Amino acid sequence: MTDIIIHCAVALLFPPLLLGVIGKTKAAFAGRVGAPYFQPYYDLIKLFRKGSVFSETTTWVFRAGPVVTLSATLIAVLLIPLGRHAAPLSFSGDLILFAYLFGLSRFFTTLAALDTGSSFEGMGAAREATFSCLAEPTLFFALITLARMSKSLTLSTILTHPTLATWLAAGSSMLLLSGALFIILLAENCRIPFDDPNTHLELTMIHEVMVLDHSGPALGIILYGAALKLFVLGAIFVNVALPVATGDPLTDWAIFIVAMLALAMAIGIVESVMARLRLVRIPQLLIGATILSAFAMLLVLR
Amino acid sequence: MNSFADQLLVLVMLINLVMLGTSRLNFSIRAVAVQGVILGILPGLIHPFSGHLAGITIGIILAKGVVIPYLISDAVHKAHIKREVEPYIGYVPTLLLGAVFTAISFAFAEKLPLAPEHKDLLFVPASIATLLTGFLLLTTRRKAISQVIGYLVMENGIFIFGMLLTEAMPVMVEAGALLDLLVGIFVMGIVINHISREFSSIDTSRLRTLKEE
Repeated sequence: MTDIIIHCAVALLFPPLLLGVIGKTKAAFAGRVGAPYFQPYYDLIKLFRKGSVFSETTTWVFRAGPVVTLSATLIAVLLIPLGRHAAPLSFSGDLILFAYLFGLSRFFTTLAALDTGSSFEGMGAAREATFSCLAEPTLFFALITLARMSKSLTLSTILTHPTLATWLAAGSSMLLLSGALFIILLAENCRIPFDDPNTHLELTMIHEVMVLDHSGPALGIILYGAALKLFVLGAIFVNVALPVATGDPLTDWAIFIVAMLALAMAIGIVESVMARLRLVRIPQLLIGATILSAFAMLLVLR
Repeated sequence: MNSFADQLLVLVMLINLVMLGTSRLNFSIRAVAVQGVILGILPGLIHPFSGHLAGITIGIILAKGVVIPYLISDAVHKAHIKREVEPYIGYVPTLLLGAVFTAISFAFAEKLPLAPEHKDLLFVPASIATLLTGFLLLTTRRKAISQVIGYLVMENGIFIFGMLLTEAMPVMVEAGALLDLLVGIFVMGIVINHISREFSSIDTSRLRTLKEE
């Protein structure tokens, strides 16, 4: 019971801090002081207090977009185990639901973008759809590989299964999986080298362009949803890449939170040292990630 | 120790895919050199130590990791090329083909009637995958130098297969194979030099026409 409460509390309150840590890391690399760690929270509070402006051409789809996206991500958070504790919600085959909750949220984001009737947002929607359909197989190959290793179809079992022993026995496939999952983490959350969350340059942005018409609380919901998505995929990566379980629940939570903060720093470092890829190179990298995870599956299936 | 050998073979197969995906020649030459060094280390991991083995290891690392890559990069430098410009099939399709070939070679190796002690090792699938990657590089790239690299990769594949038999293989046969390879590289180097001197480009697809207007 306490684990479920901690699970919900961490999942609801923690995600924006990750964005703060990423921002601070990037600022440190650029030699600036940077915004405070809690700046994303302040931004969210500010946005939720504002009024909204809705374009007259939009329909209910545009208003539903952010809400559906956030609720799908919230359900996804309940499905994954955090810090080696079983998830509050789990059943056999929930990995399919997990993957398609992201599909649903993406569908509604693109639909809301198309609903505005702006050709500019349509372009972003087309890019998002293209890149996400390249990223989806990687996630599936990775989940299938882990499912095969743990001989289970429940995310709670799959993601708590990797231990130090699995790393020693099947090190190469675990390494390939971690690499592929990290690439997916960056691609799905629109981080550099795929997309720059801070840019508003017309020709190159992918995700940001789709949310240009949202304002006030709707924009706040979108930003919070994005932080939550980063948290969910980051938790999967941490579960696979850092297979430490002490057995003591509170220590495990502490380890998990420290690992997530370290992951946020790692993302900040990647963003500081890498340049954005050209748009034509992005599919190549995503296909490379797919091949990595497919290769990992091949090694496990043998 | 065999699991470590398997990890190295996974690395070899990853290098195959890297080579299919990159357009920079210097990068793929370095990749093939790394592959050669890994192949040099491998025999030491699966066979007990002997003088014969030490000779093979040193010879392989010197030839595949140092001398041949040096010769190729020298040729690249002389011919003033940096990239493979337009392969017959693009990089992403060849990369996908390479992945499919790797999968096929795993499936094929399952079917082969191997000795029971070789059954669980990655050697056979890795060797077939590397061989097929070499074929793919040889057939899809235009530049003569990329084709030399493809030829090298193919030879690496054959070498991995031969590694299972190192015990039975006399030093002379090994040395002969390496010498063949070296001579092959020399011949290719001379050919490349001649092509680049005569035609100001080493695009082999243009060699089909006998005379340029």
